[in-house]
Amino acid sequence: MKKLKITLIMLLLVALLFTACGVEEAEVAEVVEEAVVVEEVEEEEVVEPTEPFRVAVVMPSAITDLAFSQSMYDALIAIQEERGAENFEIVYSEGMFVVDDAAAALRDYASQGYDLVIAHGSQYGSSLQEIAPDFLETSFAWGTTVDTFGMPNVFAYEAKSEEGGYVNGVMAAMLSESGVLGVVGPIETGDAKLYVDGFAAGVAATNADAQVNTNWIGSFSDVALASEAAQTHIGAGADVLTGTAQMVVGAIGVAEENSALWFGTQSSQTSLASSIVVANQVYHWEVVLKQMIDLIEGGTYGGQYYEITLVNDGLEIEFNADYALPDDVKAAAVAAVDGIVDGSITIFP
Amino acid sequence: MIEQLFTKAVLVGILSSGIRLATPYLYASMGETFSQRSGVLNLGVEGQMLLGAFAAFYISFTTGNLWFGMLAAIITGLLMGLAMAFVSINLQAVQGISGIGFYLFGLGMSDLLFQKLLGTVETVSGFKPIYIPWLSDIPIIGEIFFNQNILVYGAYFLVVAAWFVLNKTTLGLKIKAVGESPQAADSLGVSVSKVRYFAVAFGGIMSGIAGASLSIALLNVFQQNMTSGLGFIAIALVYFGGWRPWAVMGGALLFSMVNSLQLWVQVLNIPIPSDFAVMMPYVLTIFALIVTVQRVRPPSALTKPFERGH
Repeated sequence: MKKLKITLIMLLLVALLFTACGVEEAEVAEVVEEAVVVEEVEEEEVVEPTEPFRVAVVMPSAITDLAFSQSMYDALIAIQEERGAENFEIVYSEGMFVVDDAAAALRDYASQGYDLVIAHGSQYGSSLQEIAPDFLETSFAWGTTVDTFGMPNVFAYEAKSEEGGYVNGVMAAMLSESGVLGVVGPIETGDAKLYVDGFAAGVAATNADAQVNTNWIGSFSDVALASEAAQTHIGAGADVLTGTAQMVVGAIGVAEENSALWFGTQSSQTSLASSIVVANQVYHWEVVLKQMIDLIEGGTYGGQYYEITLVNDGLEIEFNADYALPDDVKAAAVAAVDGIVDGSITIFP
Repeated sequence: MIEQLFTKAVLVGILSSGIRLATPYLYASMGETFSQRSGVLNLGVEGQMLLGAFAAFYISFTTGNLWFGMLAAIITGLLMGLAMAFVSINLQAVQGISGIGFYLFGLGMSDLLFQKLLGTVETVSGFKPIYIPWLSDIPIIGEIFFNQNILVYGAYFLVVAAWFVLNKTTLGLKIKAVGESPQAADSLGVSVSKVRYFAVAFGGIMSGIAGASLSIALLNVFQQNMTSGLGFIAIALVYFGGWRPWAVMGGALLFSMVNSLQLWVQVLNIPIPSDFAVMMPYVLTIFALIVTVQRVRPPSALTKPFERGH
C-alpha cells in the first residue's frame, strides 16, 4: 500500500511537471493535428496541396529573455508574418538549458519531419553532430558557430556581434564621464566574446585613456551574480555598462538604480529601463534564415555557413528614442556603422 | 597589481557585496537546517525558491505592494513545504527522489506561470537600502553592514533566531530529538510527525522568502530558472556548517565573499584567467567541506522515515 502511494505521488509530480513543460508539446500536437486535418481535406477535394514550411527551434532560455533566444523567436515570427501563418509553422522548445533535454527535443522534431530544425545554442553542437546523420532528409541549423561538421544537412550561423559592439563602444566612450566602462559577460566564447572584444575596440578607438573592465561570470543564467558584477563595476567607478546574454536583466536594474548608462545587444532591452538604455544591437536572424529556407525549398539541406552583419542588415543599431542622445555621439555612431559597412573601419586590425 | 585589492574602496566593495550575495543562501539554508535537524532532507529547495520568487514578484508587480509579495512568497513556500512534508512523512517516500521531483515541479511551474501571467521580463521597484541613524554613518562598518535592504538584515537576524530556537527552546530540543532518535522522542510523548511537519513547512517558508529576496529585493526581476543552482548550494552549505546555524552562516559568507572577490579580481584586471576566478568559490568551498565534514556527524535519523514500533 505504501509503495502504491509513493508511486502515485511520484506520478502526480511527474504529470504536473509535464503540464508545466508541456506548452511546446501541446503546440506540436496542435500543429500535427492541423496537418492531419489538412491531409484529409485534400484527399476529398483532390486539390493540389500547398505544404506549409515547418520550422522547429530549440532554445536555451525563454522566448521572452530580451536576449539570445528572443532574437531567434522574433526572427521566426517576422518570417511568419511575411509568408502567412498558414504557410509557415513554428514550434519551439524554450528553456532547454539541459543539453540532454535539448538533444531529445531535436531528435523528436527531426523524426516528426520538420523542414528545418534549429539548435539555437553553440552548446548543442555535439548533440547535433550525432543526430543530423540519422535524418539526412531534414535540414538542421545551429549557431552561433561557423562549423557545419561538413554535413550536407547542417547549416551554421553566426552573428558578427563585434560590429555592433564596436559601435556601442564608440558611443559609450563618448558618454562616459569617469572614463571607466563595465562589461558583464557570461562565458568567454561565441558571440558574447566577439561583442565584448568589439566593444573594447570601439572604446579604445574613441578614447585611448578610457578603461574597460570586463567580468565573465561563468554562467548564462546566474542573474544574481550578473547583478553583483554590475554592482562591482559601479564600485570601481564605471558610469556606463554593457553586457550580453540573458542573465544581464539583473545588471540592467543595477545600472538604473545607480544612474549608469546601459548598452544592449542581441535583442532590444529598452523596455527594462528606458531612461538609461542608450542603444541596442539587435539581431535579425531572419536575414540568414530566409536564405536557408530558399535553399531547402530548392533541395539543398545544408553545408553552408551564414553570418548576420551590419552590411546585410542582420545587425541593427537601434537607438532608444526616449534617451536624449547628443547629436555628436549619434553622428559618431552612424559614422562607425558606415565605416564598418564600407570597410574603412577594421575592428580587429 | 594585486595590492589594488587591499584598498579601502575594494575591501568595502567585496565585503558589502558578499553580505548581499549571502542573503538568499542564509534564508534557504536556515530553513533546510531545521528540516534536516528534524530528519527530513528536502532537495526541493531550489524549486520552492523559484516559486517563491515568482509569487513575490508577480504579486508585487500587480499590486504595487512589496509586502503583499512577501506574503505570497511565504504562503507559496508554506504550501510547498507542507506538500514535501506530506510526501516524506505521511507517505514515507524516498526523500532524495521526492525532493528532486519538487525541484522539477517548481522549475516547470514557475516558468509556466511566468509565460502565462507575465510573458516577458518586467521589473519592480524592490526593497531599498535602509538608512539606520548613527550605524549607517560609521565609516567603513556602516558602508559594509548598514547600507542594505530589509531582507538582508532579516537574513542575519534569522541566523540568531535559528540558533536560539535550536539551542535554547523546547521546540529546538524536540526538533533535534526527532532528528536523532525519533523512537526515543516518541516514547517521551513527542509527536514526531508534528515536529517534522513544522520543520519542513518552516523550511519551505524560508525557501520562499529566499526566492523573494532575489526577485523583489536584490534583483527586482523574475526570469526563468533565475536561482541557477543557488538552492542546491544552500543545501551543501547546511552540510558545510555541520547543521549549526552560525557555521552555516560562516559557509554562506565564505562562499559569497570569495564570489565577490573573484568579481573584483576580474574588474581590477589582475592577471588570473576568468575561468579560474569563477572556480574560486567552488574550489574553496569543496576544500573547506572536506576539512570540516570529518568533524561533524549528520542527524542520525536524517532521510529515515519514522514508523511507530519499527
